[in-house]
Amino acid sequence: MNKNDNVTYLAGVKNVSTCPFVPYDDLLCEFLNDLSSDLRSSEESSAYPDVMAFAFWCRKANIAKLKTDFKKNGEVRLGLGVLFHIAPSNVPVNFAFSFVFGLLSGNANIVRVPSKPFPQIGIICAAIDRLFATDKYREIKAMTALIRYEQNDEITSMFSANCNARLIWGGDLTIRNIRKLAVQERCVDIAFSDRYSLCVIDAPSLIELNDTELTKLSEKFYNDTYLMDQNACSSPHLIVWQGAEKEVAKERFWTEVYHTVGEKYQLAAVSAVDKYTLLCKNAIELNNIKSFKQHSNYVYRVAVDKMIDNIDEFRGKFGYFFEYDTNDINSIAHIINNKYQTLTYFGVNKSELINFVFENSLLGIDRIVPIGQAMEMDVIWDGYDIVRSLSRIIEVK
Amino acid sequence: MKQVTAGFDISSIIDIPPFSLSKQEKDGFYADVLYELTKHHYSNCVQYQKILDVLGFDPIIKHNKEDIPPVPVRLFKDYDLLSVEKSQIIKTMTSSGTTGQSISKIFLDRITSTNQTKVLIKIVSSFTGAKRLPMLIIDTKAVIKDRNLFSARGAGILGFSMLGYDVTYALDEDMQPDFDTVEAFCKKHKDKNILIFGFTFMIWEYFYKKLAETGKNFPLENGILIHGGGWKKLSEEAVDNKTFKSSLEGVCGIKRVYNYYGMVEQTGSIFMECEAGYLHSSIFSDVRVLRTDFSACGIHETGLVQLSSLLPFSYPGHVILSEDTGEIIGEDNCSCGRLGKYFKIHGRVIDAEIRGCSDTYE
Repeated sequence: MNKNDNVTYLAGVKNVSTCPFVPYDDLLCEFLNDLSSDLRSSEESSAYPDVMAFAFWCRKANIAKLKTDFKKNGEVRLGLGVLFHIAPSNVPVNFAFSFVFGLLSGNANIVRVPSKPFPQIGIICAAIDRLFATDKYREIKAMTALIRYEQNDEITSMFSANCNARLIWGGDLTIRNIRKLAVQERCVDIAFSDRYSLCVIDAPSLIELNDTELTKLSEKFYNDTYLMDQNACSSPHLIVWQGAEKEVAKERFWTEVYHTVGEKYQLAAVSAVDKYTLLCKNAIELNNIKSFKQHSNYVYRVAVDKMIDNIDEFRGKFGYFFEYDTNDINSIAHIINNKYQTLTYFGVNKSELINFVFENSLLGIDRIVPIGQAMEMDVIWDGYDIVRSLSRIIEVK
Repeated sequence: MKQVTAGFDISSIIDIPPFSLSKQEKDGFYADVLYELTKHHYSNCVQYQKILDVLGFDPIIKHNKEDIPPVPVRLFKDYDLLSVEKSQIIKTMTSSGTTGQSISKIFLDRITSTNQTKVLIKIVSSFTGAKRLPMLIIDTKAVIKDRNLFSARGAGILGFSMLGYDVTYALDEDMQPDFDTVEAFCKKHKDKNILIFGFTFMIWEYFYKKLAETGKNFPLENGILIHGGGWKKLSEEAVDNKTFKSSLEGVCGIKRVYNYYGMVEQTGSIFMECEAGYLHSSIFSDVRVLRTDFSACGIHETGLVQLSSLLPFSYPGHVILSEDTGEIIGEDNCSCGRLGKYFKIHGRVIDAEIRGCSDTYE
């Protein structure tokens, strides 16, 4: 039986052609611009904030800015060839970001989309298909295959053996399994493994906020956390409080978060059981719990009074946070290992956080962004400059 | 009220008919026993103590019985939870749940084990009559021979066997109906009431289906069938309680069929389905249905099922949070005449679509 029989082609062609482009080639940028317009004008996509966010990211101004930044140092680059993307199964639009990152890098792309039938996938693939129907984008069509198949090592092996780079999303177990499948000698793997993220808040700055600003901050925090059930790599699990009057600040902050969550979040019964079970397990296993506070079942807060090295093994979910008080962020340098990805902050000076990473020679923390930007996907992600990693530099003397 | 020190002294209520007390009559002593059990488990089970400490629940203060924190059933899979010295444990019951998952371990001392048996007999015989009946078990004897005695399946069979005599197994070692044995059994006990016990899925898969296939019949018109163990697999085949009953009646004429609901964590104090089709809590157990914020649901409102039982002494299982959903139908006013809360179980909580970016390898 042909392996292809189990593969559904959602957009593009069956046999992609390898003809690398220069990253941010005009045709590629125009394609994204047209994709953005198509999606933003479609009635279907307006029902999906994640599709709209993707469309917004692809807009002309954003791509033009990225291109300018990229071209600054005058490097001569070309795409690597053919990329094979394995998108995470639980995030509907991540495949689309992975695809456009690969495209902007100048590559042909074979993208395995989630097997779950998220409507967002259909909407985005249909928009891409519409553009492929025009003669203008026949070259891009010839180098694209958006595919779907049930987990199948034989198929994954076939694509792995014939690509120049793989983008493996989906965490440690996926990566370990995919890495077993052979690739060409020069093939590059960019693997997005399981990561852990934290947040630092300056108490006095929080107390200074007026009510409107506080509501905005809590909504941003909501987007960083609850929007993805706290399961995204960049969602914080640990909240570090700095400065005077921490308890006042916490009370104010969490009360507001609770209101926001109450308005926006659906806590499923199974999640409530999971969350409570996790609390019981933490109560049994952790010996450094100072207090537990809850705002109904929406917000669980476990305050720890001694920072243990392996706190990153204790991840919250569905709105479950560990809290730690300190007046010197450097006091937690010992917990930062290479699992740490995003540090979100509020009221703290950026340079202080940069110093924290550099002066302690930390192995982790790849992103330092304000609260509200934890989920913002970009060509710099997870410590990689994706476009540069997926293109080769041609040294010319 | 005398102090409960060495476990709940069942003799004080064992002679009360299990479905005869109104809310008012039950609440007082029920709350007292739960209070004593909570203190006992707190003092003797380190994990339980840690949970209550983190939750800020002081067991010395007598709270409303509704406020006692439940232990989520998954903890019995992840930890060895004991409230007595290990040397006091006489058997460990295990339940595998769905294949491939980790197993629950329930540690029983003599008092807990004895109380389980006494209460089980009390509850079931209030349906089947005090007289012991010839008993047919729709399972294979291999489960018992297997020395896998204390799997929930083996323990259930042994527990229920106490209710009958001439205990006969209807399936052979290959899980095929043993036609000769069952026919001989029916002939021998012709015109007598017969007690039949089995697990819902086993009865359906290995007894009913085989009889339907072969077109054979057993004369079990005088049978009283008690079955439990959950509907998960049957609901996948779209078989509900009604279909189950009518199908069985079709192949062997059984008219009296009672489902029961029980958890391995609270063996003994099972909930029996009445003639009106509702599950009943007895004076030994209670049920609450919770919203996702853990406040109590109203009557007819579906939510998470929390169960309590007066029996668990050697392990902290007196108040547990199940992973089932259900609804309370009423209290003290069921048309069957039994007092106490009556309710329905709707099945397992549905796994939510977990968002997030870790697991593509499915």
